Amino acid sequence: MPAWIGALGLTAGQGALVLFLVLFLALPLLAILAKSVTDSDGAWAGLSVVSGIIGADGFLAMVGRSLTVGVVTMLLVVPCAYGFAYGLTRTRLPGKGLLRTIALLPLLAPSLLPGIALVYLLGNQGLLKGLTGGATIYGFWGIVVGEAFYTFPHALMILLTGLTLADGRLYDAARAMGAGPWRTFLTVTLPGTRYAVFSACCVVFTLTVTDFGVPKVVGGDYNVLAMEAYKAVVGQQNFPKGAAIGILLLLPALLTFVLDRRLRARQGAQMSGRAQPYAAGANRRRDAAFLALAGVLAGFLLLIIGVAVWASFVKMWPYNLSMSLRSYDFDNMDGGGWLAWRNSLQLALWTAVIGTAVVFVGAWMMEKVPARGSVARGLRATVSMLALMPMAVPGLVLGLGYIFFFNSLMNPLNLLYGTMPLLVLCTVVHFYTSAHLTAATALNALDPEFEAASASLKVPRMTTFLRVTLPMCLPAALDVARYLFVSAMTTVSAVVFLYSPSTVLAAVAVLNMDDAGFIGPAAAMCTVIMASSATAALLLHLASRALVARSQAWRRPVAL
Amino acid sequence: MPQPDSAFLTVRNLVKRFGSHTALADVSLDIRAGELVCLLGPSGCGKTTLLRAIAGLERQDSGAIVLSGRDISYAEPQERDYGILFQSYALFPNLTVAQNVAYGLSGKRAHRNHVANRVEEMLSLVGLTGAADKYPGQISGGQQQRVALARALAPSPSLLLLDEPMSALDARVREHLRIELRALQKRLSITTLMVTHDQEEAMVMADRIAVMNGGVIEQFGTPRELYRQPASAFIADFVGEANWLPFERVDTHRARVGRQELAVDEALDGKSGKLFVRPEAVRVSMARSEEPNSMLADVLDGVFLGRGYRLALRLEGVPGSTVHSIVSPEIGDALLGPHAASRCWVELPRHAIRAYA
Repeated sequence: MPAWIGALGLTAGQGALVLFLVLFLALPLLAILAKSVTDSDGAWAGLSVVSGIIGADGFLAMVGRSLTVGVVTMLLVVPCAYGFAYGLTRTRLPGKGLLRTIALLPLLAPSLLPGIALVYLLGNQGLLKGLTGGATIYGFWGIVVGEAFYTFPHALMILLTGLTLADGRLYDAARAMGAGPWRTFLTVTLPGTRYAVFSACCVVFTLTVTDFGVPKVVGGDYNVLAMEAYKAVVGQQNFPKGAAIGILLLLPALLTFVLDRRLRARQGAQMSGRAQPYAAGANRRRDAAFLALAGVLAGFLLLIIGVAVWASFVKMWPYNLSMSLRSYDFDNMDGGGWLAWRNSLQLALWTAVIGTAVVFVGAWMMEKVPARGSVARGLRATVSMLALMPMAVPGLVLGLGYIFFFNSLMNPLNLLYGTMPLLVLCTVVHFYTSAHLTAATALNALDPEFEAASASLKVPRMTTFLRVTLPMCLPAALDVARYLFVSAMTTVSAVVFLYSPSTVLAAVAVLNMDDAGFIGPAAAMCTVIMASSATAALLLHLASRALVARSQAWRRPVAL
Repeated sequence: MPQPDSAFLTVRNLVKRFGSHTALADVSLDIRAGELVCLLGPSGCGKTTLLRAIAGLERQDSGAIVLSGRDISYAEPQERDYGILFQSYALFPNLTVAQNVAYGLSGKRAHRNHVANRVEEMLSLVGLTGAADKYPGQISGGQQQRVALARALAPSPSLLLLDEPMSALDARVREHLRIELRALQKRLSITTLMVTHDQEEAMVMADRIAVMNGGVIEQFGTPRELYRQPASAFIADFVGEANWLPFERVDTHRARVGRQELAVDEALDGKSGKLFVRPEAVRVSMARSEEPNSMLADVLDGVFLGRGYRLALRLEGVPGSTVHSIVSPEIGDALLGPHAASRCWVELPRHAIRAYA
């Protein structure tokens, strides 16, 4: 094959990736901007729309409520997650694998689940209503507790990564100089993980402020920004208002994202190649204390999940607690029924397949193909910026952007609106950054000379990608697929604006059923979603193990 | 076939900048067919950039590269005709040794039998017939290097590029593989360009050495020329060991060093500069020498090398100077023993002295 065909193909591929990210990320976001400076007739209105909304009665109070919820959730979740992560990485507490699995379970459920469980536990007809002493769960504390459940695993994953990267030599040095455990923690552990803590704070805050799943169910009169945007668009068809709030929500997300990237880049040099892994010494009292903490937290998570699952099988909460499958009779009630579940499975499957392919090929083109000439370099710079952007864009904002962009009659892509392909594309874009970073990390762990060696042997790049790069990155590719599948299964925030009656999704059905007062079926649908995500995650995990065992014989060293 | 004496690989006026840093400043080089040329220099001197430019992995800002009469300055790596051995070897860990060696063969739709035969031939060439079905992670570093070499040579390239091939090996294996690699290169008489920062390695293996510094080639010659007639103070210092003595010119063949006056064969042009002499050229004796350029010296220190000693000496009348000399075990024993005089006579032969600005 002549080299120019390969070069042409690559340029075309890079161009296609840029086009994809521009069409399905950049332009929808620009559409929000455009929407927020035009009035309802589409005429230029400058900042009058935004200032009108901000100046409206009670709007600033709502911003204040959103900020309060975000900050309080952050202050609650990050220390708990830090303790949990510390227990898993720096102590010898038993059952680490189990605790870790329990802590990550909330990822398998939509953010509506904690709200529903709270209603069952402490709501007006809650099982433990007596314990609240007359206070209501609907409102501030309901939102905070629900968001805490929903954001806990996200914070935990970041802190686990931060705490795993420990240089054992620093601890030996601290001990040799006579520092006690508390002083060592303050002078070595905490400074070493401060970026992870900051990162976790950003993620918890942003997720909380932009989520409307929990406030929808247990928010009551406590109106927050995300909820207002949802109501403005879905209820009142007030698009400029939705756009204005979307931009307001984008600001803190963008700000924390930029700060986070900066700090992370600075942290790069912190771990040297000569670092020794840290191994926790024996200490019974410490282990017992952390086991107690982790046990309480895991108990809380299990309680929330358990109540939702249990309630979905109960005949008439809380008066008749006998078992029944009544709530699972989805076909005889509103919300979308089993069709929604099948749609969700389809969405998750396509998102996993297409997303993994796009993400891996995209990351490969960026990381492993030399960019010669100004066009190629320009393309690459654009792609790398666009690939990082979805992380800073809340799903709510992305979904609003899609409405404004794809629902416009002037857009020839209008025919995609409400279809499964658009839902798939939106979901791929929504979760692009994490998947991309995983793929890029795996690719960068490979010897940078593989491509050069292949070139010298006159082997086309594609051959090397298929024969060497991809097989070596298979475990990472399966991780990406699992992440995309589970995320697509549980997401509500972006897709809630984009479905049509025939493409209704399971997580959206939960929202609608809860809205209609069918809280039992909503819990049942949550349970179905969790079971599906868990099954898929387990299957992919087993597939990954089997594949690694079969095709990765080279990983097993043989005695020389 | 190119004539043995004509240039097989020509690099003309190559320039490469990375931002404000100039990696290659107008580099030209001619390599004859069948010879092994080493690019030698400290890190950051541009030697790897030059190799990667020849390989097409780095695009030069200006200049030309001609391989076997064909201008390849702007050709893609795939369109050039070379095999390369990387510092990391870049063996594909998920392919067996045989699959690695066959990697550059299978693309050509060659017959299966032909590929299998070629792989076997290459593996026996590097002495690894038994390892065909192992994975790279299952063999030693030295064996990995040989597999990488077999893979690079399998498609019969006309040029072999070696990028610090020995740096990942321990000293003992390295010394052995140097000789083996050189023997193989001579047997195949394949034109070879090797990058190294190890001057001993370059001396042992190369037909000619191009010493690079700061993005330019300071001298290009046989190991003997470099060692005996270094073109600059940098070369003299970088290739082999050197003694340096600051001097002021008395006349064309006489230089003042401290309170001593030395005769030199070389004509001195500058008013002052540094005199250079190799440690093995410095003659040490216990008895007074009548030769010119002889003087007394104090023994500061001595290191036992096994086959002799390296002495550190201070010349009388040249305060602050340290001159190293390689001496026989007998003289070393006599000068460094517990009751030794620790003073000796030193002669700096006039033909062994060179002067640099």
